[in-house]
Amino acid sequence: MVSVREAELHLIEHGREVPHLGEQYETIEQQNDAYTIGMWAFIVQEVLFFGGLFASYAVYRFKYLYEFVAAHHTLSVVFGALNTFVLLVSSYTMARAVRAAMLQQHKTQFKYLLWTIFFASIFMVNKYFEYSSKYHHQLIPNQSYSAEEVIHHNHLKVDNGMVDLGKRKVSLEEFTGRTKLFFSFYFIMTGLHGLHVLVGIIILAILAVRAYSDHIRRVPHADYMPVEMVGLYWHFVDIVWIFLFPLLYLMGGQ
Amino acid sequence: MATITAQTGTERINYLNVRTTVASWLLTLDHKRIGILYLLGITLFFFLGSLAAAAIRLELATPKGDLMTSDTYNKMFTIHGVLMIFFFLIPSIPASFGNFVLPMMIGARDVAFPRLNLLSWYFYMIGGVLATIALLKGGIDTGWTFYTPYSSAFAKGEVSLAIVGVFLVGFSSIFTGINFLVTIHKMRAPGMTWFRLPLFVWAMYATSLIQVLGTPVVAITLLLVAVERTFGIGIFDPNRGGDPILFQHLFWFYSHPAVYIMILPGMGVISEVIATFSRRRVFGYHFVAFSSLAIAIIGFLVWGHHMFSTGQSIYAGIVFSFLTFLVAIPSAIKTFNWMATIWKGRVHWEAPMIYALGFLGLFVIGGLTGLHLASLATNVHLTDTYFVVAHFHYVMVGGAIMAYMAALHYWWPKMTGRMYPQSWAKLAALMVFVGFNLTFFPQFILGYMGMPRRYHSYPEEWWALNLLSSAGASILGLGYLLPAIYLVWSLKYGRIAEKNPWGARGLEWEVVDTLPHPHNFERTPIVTRPAYDYAHPEEPTAIFPAPRPAYVGGGGKDG
Repeated sequence: MVSVREAELHLIEHGREVPHLGEQYETIEQQNDAYTIGMWAFIVQEVLFFGGLFASYAVYRFKYLYEFVAAHHTLSVVFGALNTFVLLVSSYTMARAVRAAMLQQHKTQFKYLLWTIFFASIFMVNKYFEYSSKYHHQLIPNQSYSAEEVIHHNHLKVDNGMVDLGKRKVSLEEFTGRTKLFFSFYFIMTGLHGLHVLVGIIILAILAVRAYSDHIRRVPHADYMPVEMVGLYWHFVDIVWIFLFPLLYLMGGQ
Repeated sequence: MATITAQTGTERINYLNVRTTVASWLLTLDHKRIGILYLLGITLFFFLGSLAAAAIRLELATPKGDLMTSDTYNKMFTIHGVLMIFFFLIPSIPASFGNFVLPMMIGARDVAFPRLNLLSWYFYMIGGVLATIALLKGGIDTGWTFYTPYSSAFAKGEVSLAIVGVFLVGFSSIFTGINFLVTIHKMRAPGMTWFRLPLFVWAMYATSLIQVLGTPVVAITLLLVAVERTFGIGIFDPNRGGDPILFQHLFWFYSHPAVYIMILPGMGVISEVIATFSRRRVFGYHFVAFSSLAIAIIGFLVWGHHMFSTGQSIYAGIVFSFLTFLVAIPSAIKTFNWMATIWKGRVHWEAPMIYALGFLGLFVIGGLTGLHLASLATNVHLTDTYFVVAHFHYVMVGGAIMAYMAALHYWWPKMTGRMYPQSWAKLAALMVFVGFNLTFFPQFILGYMGMPRRYHSYPEEWWALNLLSSAGASILGLGYLLPAIYLVWSLKYGRIAEKNPWGARGLEWEVVDTLPHPHNFERTPIVTRPAYDYAHPEEPTAIFPAPRPAYVGGGGKDG
């Protein structure tokens, strides 16, 4: 709610002359607040969206701990850590872009948006290498999935169709099904996250074009809110990875 | 956008005549027009869903499965459930009437994000069309719940397409929720404090919370089912290590709160209608307001009561049972406060009020029979019987649709500028009430006697009650058809409505014209009185400061 005094003061100062003030709003502060609350509501929605996946993953990890731990050893911690680092740096460059946008430094903003896109792309390229290595080892959870690589990687003994997991033995069929479940979650979770990174890259590119055009046209007071909102989104995508990395790559169990 | 086409000297500009091209409707950012668009879509899907219901009752009119095969019958109740729940009940009141009146009620020119609002309508329509194609092209027989393995290992038909449709309509619902949350937080006119808000707005706030927090979970769950079907993974398939019960947990984590998405807006409507036609401030305003929030919050903790007989732990069952009893309390608070409002009010027996009174009667039965189902012991006997069917129809049809009809009759003059024939409307309300009870009360008895849901044939001894139910359904059907006729008739021949035909308080009646200006308010009102201030009829709800040139003529929306 805008207080009467706020609305009056604002009108005295600006009239309705702020070019990017939506006609449904009274003041630019009201519009900026609306954007911010809306973006946070969207992020909360995203948390719940990923939350369903995290909860399901937790259920099965609890249920099939040994199989999941064996399967997670085939993931490359080096690649995962590299990607974590890359995304963290991209969050930094994004924060710099937001800062530049607030200070109306269009060229700096443009530069940092490009850096953010660059690091996001590195992340996707790494992801591509990881996925294709899984493909070579037949770890894609479709009809051609085979647990051989998991067994080989963990030096597990198989006799009479039973896989020896140390504390317990499971049939090869069960072992295949349960490790396949792990890779199902791995691909769905990182895939959905990757999709968010891709969408982010597209939006960042649009913002970069706008920043460059603002720079060329020397716009004195561009609306910095879109950059700030995309910044929020970008940090959220980053944080999802911060949870995915330990859950999928790092957490052991025995 | 096009220029103003219908501005004549005699006719004032309103949201309907400001532009009249088809494109001006399909690209509109005006919340009122989007509300009308939703109303049209919702009516379409309600009609399709009703046809399936008619087929079901026709089949059950005789004990033998003679009209259709069991397969066709399964498809019929799936069509009925999917269309009625996802494409009618969930968007019904929020997206149509919420869109139309909420910004007016709080003194705003529009919702916070008009483009998102329009996008949500497109998601809704595309989702609806996809689901309808799936249901007609071979159909699906999973029931509206998409339970695995019916929807995965043993699926027949176009399950994936239907899932995509429901996924899209889910995001439409999320967008509406986000929009209303922000609108209620930031778009209130000066002086419109939280406790001056009409209770409909409080109900919409609680609804939006559930939409934003619950819907994404069902979205990801359905996405998992779609991935499972497409790639042959086994997240919900016990043969491949998965767990079908996990699907039920995830599904009901949304779908139980979704029940409150359907009923809370209806409760908001009933608060408005009862206050207006009793000429009295809603008794216990704060309690009614906070009970909406309580329902939204506790509603998230009761999903396990849909799974008492799935072998979930008895301790979980006890907790879910207790919490289910708890969630009944806020609803009871509302009901008692409504009755206290009518008590000593000056009741005006107009059509919306008749619908609201019908709501009270039916909702109380629906709510109380919910408690039979909430207790673990009786639940074992009643699970998957017609008792459950009767219970949720009393809440969803007797509650939510009664409220929807009350809203339609209450805001119709504001939306269309026309009055409908009162006596016909009252007759229709009465027919719906009688027809509804005839249809669904026998089902309580049938369920108690053990008749299971979802079968197309049944033993001879249940014939009489089933026939009674089918006969009632035909009266109910006529009761819904009648408004369709006289409301359409009123568009052309109805008496021209004045600004405030009901003598109601509230910005949308006292300040906004009939028909509303494209911006609702030519100048932003300053609210000075609480909602429902019937005790002080001489005090205006809002005042206007001296004209400020910047506002006159509005912004760019007029062209």
